[in-house]
Amino acid sequence: MVSDERVRRTGAWSRLLTRPDIGAFLGAVAVFFAFAYFARAVNWIGEPAIAAGWTDQAAQYGIVAVPVALLMIGGEFDLSAGVMIGSSGLLLGYLTTYQDLNVWPAMLLVLLFGLAVGFVNGLTVVRTRLPSFIVTLATFFVLQGVNAAGTLRLTGQTAIQDIDSASGFESARKFFAGDLTQYDFKVKVLWWIAITIVGAWLLAKTRFGNWIYSAGGDPNSARNVGVPVARTKILLFVMTSATAALMGIIEALELRSMQAGEGIGLEFIFIICAVVGGCLLTGGFGSVIGTFFGAAMLGMVQLGIVDSQWDSNWTFTFQGGILFAAVMLNTLIRSRAQRAR
Amino acid sequence: MAHLLEADHVSKYYGNIVALKDISMYVDAGEVTCILGDNGAGKSSFIKLLSGVHQADAGRLLVAGEEVHFGSPRDARAKGIATVYQDLAMVPLMSIWRNFFLGAEPRKGIGPLKWFDAATAKGIVRRELREMGIDIRDPDQPVGTLSGGERQSVAIARAVYFGARVLILDEPTSALGVKQAGVVLKYILQARERGVAVIFITHNPHHAYPVGDRFVILNRGQSLGAYEKSEIDRQELVRLMAGGRELAELEHELEAIKAEVGPE
Repeated sequence: MVSDERVRRTGAWSRLLTRPDIGAFLGAVAVFFAFAYFARAVNWIGEPAIAAGWTDQAAQYGIVAVPVALLMIGGEFDLSAGVMIGSSGLLLGYLTTYQDLNVWPAMLLVLLFGLAVGFVNGLTVVRTRLPSFIVTLATFFVLQGVNAAGTLRLTGQTAIQDIDSASGFESARKFFAGDLTQYDFKVKVLWWIAITIVGAWLLAKTRFGNWIYSAGGDPNSARNVGVPVARTKILLFVMTSATAALMGIIEALELRSMQAGEGIGLEFIFIICAVVGGCLLTGGFGSVIGTFFGAAMLGMVQLGIVDSQWDSNWTFTFQGGILFAAVMLNTLIRSRAQRAR
Repeated sequence: MAHLLEADHVSKYYGNIVALKDISMYVDAGEVTCILGDNGAGKSSFIKLLSGVHQADAGRLLVAGEEVHFGSPRDARAKGIATVYQDLAMVPLMSIWRNFFLGAEPRKGIGPLKWFDAATAKGIVRRELREMGIDIRDPDQPVGTLSGGERQSVAIARAVYFGARVLILDEPTSALGVKQAGVVLKYILQARERGVAVIFITHNPHHAYPVGDRFVILNRGQSLGAYEKSEIDRQELVRLMAGGRELAELEHELEAIKAEVGPE
């Protein structure tokens, strides 16, 4: 290391303010211990079933939150990420119970559907230069209508049932939605961890990651030095929708049925996870590891409020409070990053 | 002998607007050609032609005597023509080393699994900046925390490292104070010493004259002429830049007004 008298030895506190993931980690730890107190009626810390419960919830948020975070760092939003879970699960239900397809090829088709929706989102945003907030809001409402009307027309009900009657169901369920043998932890949690690792690696260690930062941070500069900004953004939309499709598959296999309204509302939870992970609404900055802890935090809040025997409606208020605190912290971090030292 | 980069009577139109008309200039290795002009003279349009952002509507671009057509900035870079833009093409929230390699990341890996070689990247950044005599605190710090002069210097070092044979600098000193502008001029000379051909675009003849070998003056999209340093002195350059005849007319008018008002 070259030593330089102008590089000041900075304290732990000010270093923390340049690392969003550490902030999210400390927040998650704080929430964990808060519920250790408030939910002391149950064995919050020691009981594996409790941990299995909140990690299951956190995985539900965290899997899709990873590409949503990457997309936000790339300067875009996807409000259709929640409804895509429902659409994908319903499509899997339709293909297996109404078209008698084996679950495995059906899953492949659902993933292709996810890729296609993401591609349409991305291409529309890049070509029209409209804010992705509006474009994906349109996708959201289009799909919400299709989900509800299509399901009702098909089944006469608001859900597709009996997905477990399809061939290949058990083998697929074991892989995507089963239990890990010992403590009732879900396989889903492993998917969450794996997708986080892949996302973090992509962002920090690959050329594509550098392009993501630049596409969100300053797309004009990025284009000037030859970064394919449009391609990067489209790919991020594709990754988001495809991951939402994977989540739809996981839910359909886990629940054995799919409600027409499934997934709606989750798009905002994903964004909260990403913001807790340090993602700026303006793009160019954020952390996948931080998003992981954001999802963990929200999972704990969801279960902890129930275990504390509070009215579960308070969950929303907690989520709002967490979002607000995270945005304040992020604003502070960004102003520090841009100020000349 | 063929020049390293030559523009031969290039013109550029935007619809019915004539942005550039019959501009010719050249630059060779180890030389600095200055393009001077006031706001709206066509400097930006000219850079865009040279760097491949736009294509000329008439005239030819030649690299080492061979006619070229740049479809994109990538094409120009492939020929060794690097442009340092006024906005520097750097992302403020990203670290110096990430910015340095943006769009040209060194990679290693097996088969399709390739990753950005961060350790190599940081090492190169530290070495390159030191070689250019640029004193940077820490390659991990965000570019947004650097001063204007430091950012320019990093951008120039980046272009030189990536094998720029021709370096196009778009108003690198315009937003800087006197001292920082001096630092940037020093790096221009340093790049020239390393055999780079530099095209220095500026509206400031006082910055251009000390470092330039050749001066091309643009006015309202047209060339007012090209001069070797031996053919022109600083005063004449300033006079041409300020609009020459227009300035003389203005002086004449002012004299007339003075005469009317009478001696004080």
